[in-house]
Amino acid sequence: MEVAAAKLIGAGLACVALVGAGIGIGNIFGSFVAAGVRNPAGAPKMFTNVLIGFALAEATGLFGLLIAFMILFVF
Amino acid sequence: MADAHNPLEQFAIRRIVDIHIGGLDASFTNSAAWMVIAIVAITVFMTYGMRAQALVPTRWQSLAEMAYEFVANMVRENAGTAGMQYFPFVFTLFMFVLFSNLLGLLPLVNLGFTVTSHIIVTFALAATVFIGVTIIAFAKHGLKFLTFFVPHGVPWPLLIVLTPIEVISYFIRPFTLSVRLFANMMAGHTMLNIIASFVIGLGLIAGWAPLIFMVGLSGLELAIAGLQAFVFAILTCIYLNDALHLHH
Repeated sequence: MEVAAAKLIGAGLACVALVGAGIGIGNIFGSFVAAGVRNPAGAPKMFTNVLIGFALAEATGLFGLLIAFMILFVF
Repeated sequence: MADAHNPLEQFAIRRIVDIHIGGLDASFTNSAAWMVIAIVAITVFMTYGMRAQALVPTRWQSLAEMAYEFVANMVRENAGTAGMQYFPFVFTLFMFVLFSNLLGLLPLVNLGFTVTSHIIVTFALAATVFIGVTIIAFAKHGLKFLTFFVPHGVPWPLLIVLTPIEVISYFIRPFTLSVRLFANMMAGHTMLNIIASFVIGLGLIAGWAPLIFMVGLSGLELAIAGLQAFVFAILTCIYLNDALHLHH
């Protein structure tokens, strides 16, 4: 297989990591919405943690995207 | 037919003023120029905003005070009163990352540049935070800081597995901190560039569809710019808290 073709396939496969990011982010906001409907008074207090959790979950997905970029442009 | 549109061309570093010191290339690049613009913008925002010094704030003063209060509350909440000693550093970090992210969203053709979309910039910031926090930890606690990696009340067989994991997750901090910001900025700008090329490619007939998507995406990128600056700053406060007060 040509190196260029293998690179493209590898980069595409590495992007599968973003599935985890999607599930994680959906989980965080889903829990926030479910708990917020139960206890509306407590929702603003937790919103900061929701944003931090979102950024951390997104970051792990983006590590996969970083590997995809590295495969395409560094190797 | 012209060359295929390259979405990564927006990240190219161009020299504005060629400066060579010894054998090193210390040219003033577009990255450096936008860093200077960010610093000037922050300085103008804070000093001009506070010029009125009214007890009941004017609009700009209100914004400047809000920025100060936001970061001050964040540092006090997450790093305690001992952490307020490092508030100027966290405030500088937050404002620099925020303004760099936001200035990168300006749609200036061939002139605009996002400073934080380069791993070397974000890694320099994250390495500064990591090295600084580690030095603070050793300066305050001496060798007792190493008990940070050995969690309390854990049975010793589990400890043999847990301690290397703790050490690894400590040393991975500068990398996760820098890659989080870099990947968000690079992916966001690449997406904006590609969708924009769809708008132009589809022309007047069908170009409105990707255009509507771009409006939403630009809003999302504005939110991400602010959020990533906030997350960078608050993780700095959390790492500072770990260094100043040793418990997890």
